[in-house]
Amino acid sequence: MEKKTPLYDYHVSSGAKVVPFAGYLLPVQYTDVIDEHMAVRTRVGIFDVSHMGEVIISGPDALKNINYLFTNDFTNMTDGRVRYSPMCNEAGGVVDDLLIYRMNQNKYMVVVNASNREKDVEWMKARLFGDTALEDISDSVAQIALQGPSSEKVLAKLTDASCLPEKYYTFTDNCEVAGIKCLISQTGYTGEFGYELYCEALDALKLWNALLQAGANEGLIPCGLGARDTLRLEAAMPLYGHEMDDTVSPLETGLDFGVKLQKDDFVGKSALIARGEPQITRVGLKVTGRGIIREHSAVFIGDEIIGNTTSGTFLPFLNGAYAMALIDKEFGTLGTAVSVDVRGRRIAAEVVALPFYKKSK
Amino acid sequence: MNTPKNLKYSKTHEWVEFTGEGTAKVGLTDFAQQKMGKLVFVNLPMVGDELSPGEPFGDVESVKAVSDVISPVDGTVEEVNEDLLDAPGMINDDPYGTWLVKVSGVSSSDDLMTAEEYEAFCAEEE
Repeated sequence: MEKKTPLYDYHVSSGAKVVPFAGYLLPVQYTDVIDEHMAVRTRVGIFDVSHMGEVIISGPDALKNINYLFTNDFTNMTDGRVRYSPMCNEAGGVVDDLLIYRMNQNKYMVVVNASNREKDVEWMKARLFGDTALEDISDSVAQIALQGPSSEKVLAKLTDASCLPEKYYTFTDNCEVAGIKCLISQTGYTGEFGYELYCEALDALKLWNALLQAGANEGLIPCGLGARDTLRLEAAMPLYGHEMDDTVSPLETGLDFGVKLQKDDFVGKSALIARGEPQITRVGLKVTGRGIIREHSAVFIGDEIIGNTTSGTFLPFLNGAYAMALIDKEFGTLGTAVSVDVRGRRIAAEVVALPFYKKSK
Repeated sequence: MNTPKNLKYSKTHEWVEFTGEGTAKVGLTDFAQQKMGKLVFVNLPMVGDELSPGEPFGDVESVKAVSDVISPVDGTVEEVNEDLLDAPGMINDDPYGTWLVKVSGVSSSDDLMTAEEYEAFCAEEE
């Protein structure tokens, strides 16, 4: 039985195509994936991402715990900052990747992937130590992502200027947006400027409608999971279960910026060191032949398989077919010509730089 | 939904226009293009390929998914619509004006539906 987000009735009544995803019924598209994708790249869109999980880790030993559970280093983090981190298992594979919000020195909010929420909560609980509490608040929290170059213009209509987080990966808390108490972070999963707003589940529809109304003149439209996936792929942002999983290490998938091997012991540290230099690498592939490459396709040089694609489709803003792949690192040089098996047909592609798309400053 | 009366329809949402002695054009229906969303790639057979009723002869892809195109008839591919290679969205814009292949030597077909039957069939699939 799939759960419904607080915005479920809106999705259904708007005519969105609603599908089961990570245990929730969520809109894959309202009108058209490409239109929704382009709205975020050129104007602004909103996404219901209430399926994401939120966990509070608090107490005098909270910092020690997150430094042990996660691979990034949170020691010098200040209040109002957000940090990305993988969470590894003892073998150096990835349990999940997360965002950590520092509320204060003894309280952190951890945002986890919906599909991993229960696994993550159990994983973390089993490893807590000292004076630390963990609370899963996911069911009482709604999350709406406001993404696109006009995001600030839309949000400024509904909240005080002091509530707009000034920098990327910072947040403001206890702010009123259209009279609703929100935590606002300048974060997102689209590669575009934007915000993520967290509020009480009961307030979600009111906030959603206020954003729709405030954004009407900016061309704001609601966007579904389909566009969320094409946007994150265009920006080459990794997705758990695709670019990483419990066997792939964060170093192998290019997340070394989120792994601090020099810090004190953490889960997975000795395994990551023992695994040594990664032998595989995450690369971008641009189709140079004809066709579309999707996930789980073998990548070849000649007759030799050098890896597999992890995500891929037609990317609307770049107007071409692209994929990410994990391949032997010796073939990771930009410009390397490869071919990819697509239902028995070989499609020519070339190793290109990631991200495929980078927003202009 | 727009369903021209002069065409025949398959359960896999292809249309056939019988154009003369053993010749036909095949395309995708309005229902199919709406279900797929904007098409971004079309993979067509080669001229001279032999088709069998019920067998895939190509595929169409949207951002979300790939879908086989099933031949509703037998015969030989006489011509493929090469305009689609650069502009697959033509199928979305005008599904019944956009044929994928022209076929000759057609002697048999799948169980095809009339426009009325096809509309009832789609209503049930919704």
